[in-house]
Amino acid sequence: MISVALTVDGHAASATVEPRTTLADLLRDHIGATSVHLGCEQGACGACTVLVDGELARSCLLLAAQCDGRAVTTLAGIGAPGSMHPLQEALRDSHGFQCGFCTPGFVLTALALLRDNPAPTEAEVRAELSGNLCRCTGYQSIVEGVLVAAERMAAE
Amino acid sequence: MKSAPFAYHAPASVDEALALLAAHGDEASVLAGGQSLLPLLAMRLARPAHLVDIHRLDELHRLEVDGEHVVVGAAVTQRRVERDARVAEVCPLLADAVPWIGHAAIRNRGTVGGSLCHADPAAELPVVCVASGATMTIAGTSGRRTVAAAEFFEMPFTTAVQPGELLVDVRIPVRRPGERWAFLEVARRHGDFPLVSVAVAGDAIALGGVAGRPVLVADVDAARDAVTAADDIHATHEYRRHLAGVLVERTLARAAAA
Repeated sequence: MISVALTVDGHAASATVEPRTTLADLLRDHIGATSVHLGCEQGACGACTVLVDGELARSCLLLAAQCDGRAVTTLAGIGAPGSMHPLQEALRDSHGFQCGFCTPGFVLTALALLRDNPAPTEAEVRAELSGNLCRCTGYQSIVEGVLVAAERMAAE
Repeated sequence: MKSAPFAYHAPASVDEALALLAAHGDEASVLAGGQSLLPLLAMRLARPAHLVDIHRLDELHRLEVDGEHVVVGAAVTQRRVERDARVAEVCPLLADAVPWIGHAAIRNRGTVGGSLCHADPAAELPVVCVASGATMTIAGTSGRRTVAAAEFFEMPFTTAVQPGELLVDVRIPVRRPGERWAFLEVARRHGDFPLVSVAVAGDAIALGGVAGRPVLVADVDAARDAVTAADDIHATHEYRRHLAGVLVERTLARAAAA
């Protein structure tokens, strides 16, 4: 067993886990961060995407042991009902989700995209989101939502 | 949690890492960024008893221009290479190729050394290293040795790094004045492993995805004939031959325009 101490959405958290525990399992099963969704568990679908020290990462492709001392941001760390992030509001207004399973990964991926490139073209949005899969195939409205968010965030 | 159990080690020095790797031999796997290893663990295609995490080894995080080479430590992330302005200036081929690797989330964690040691026959970085005549530094308990990229990749998922050894860095020659360069690939979707990739560095043309390891070819006809990959779910042998020829032509055109 190994001990891991990290920050999740600004709160200190720690757990003692088996070495084979992934960051995704640590977040969901030990810390209760259930906005982290596990789809493929092999890095292909993007549903479990989080920010680790501010950078995108697939939490199924990281061991908890690799995240000792790091700061993790999940969907719950960027907005909540009543105080949603402008990106979340834009996605809601654009009907940018259907079943919602893939949404946390899309939101965090789009958040990092808009941080690094505040005025992306549609092609850039599609390229950056191409590592996230939506089984409802709601891509059109997701892309629209990100572009609406970019406009609104630029106007603020 | 889908992996088989293993013991996790995070040595603080290269010597300590080498002692662990020597003690556990082929029971141990090196963990760099984990972007290739963790899927293998999850699918239980790999079941190492020991994981040796190299992220604490400072020497493996070097990213420097050292005279005639860019020295990339084995644990340097692909994203760091992608964002390094010096690399783009002195080694434009490397900068041209890195954005093709996976997605941003993968490149943030995936390392140069991890990709090289995983040695997927379709991966981008091995093709760049073979085209540009890079050399790898491999450490073992008995000392260090250097291996040319053309000899480093032996067959799919197999390199010159032996059990008990550790890749320390790769030295990629900087572009000489007037030397042409370009990288292109064709993949079914952006971020997938390519069906075929081509790197041009000076007079060298290297192909990936066409055989068990990157191959050097002289021209378009040789590129088609270098394809030994059999039909698979992604492409037929004939289609890969077609792609190899077309992609070499396109990459040479890109190199001429660069």
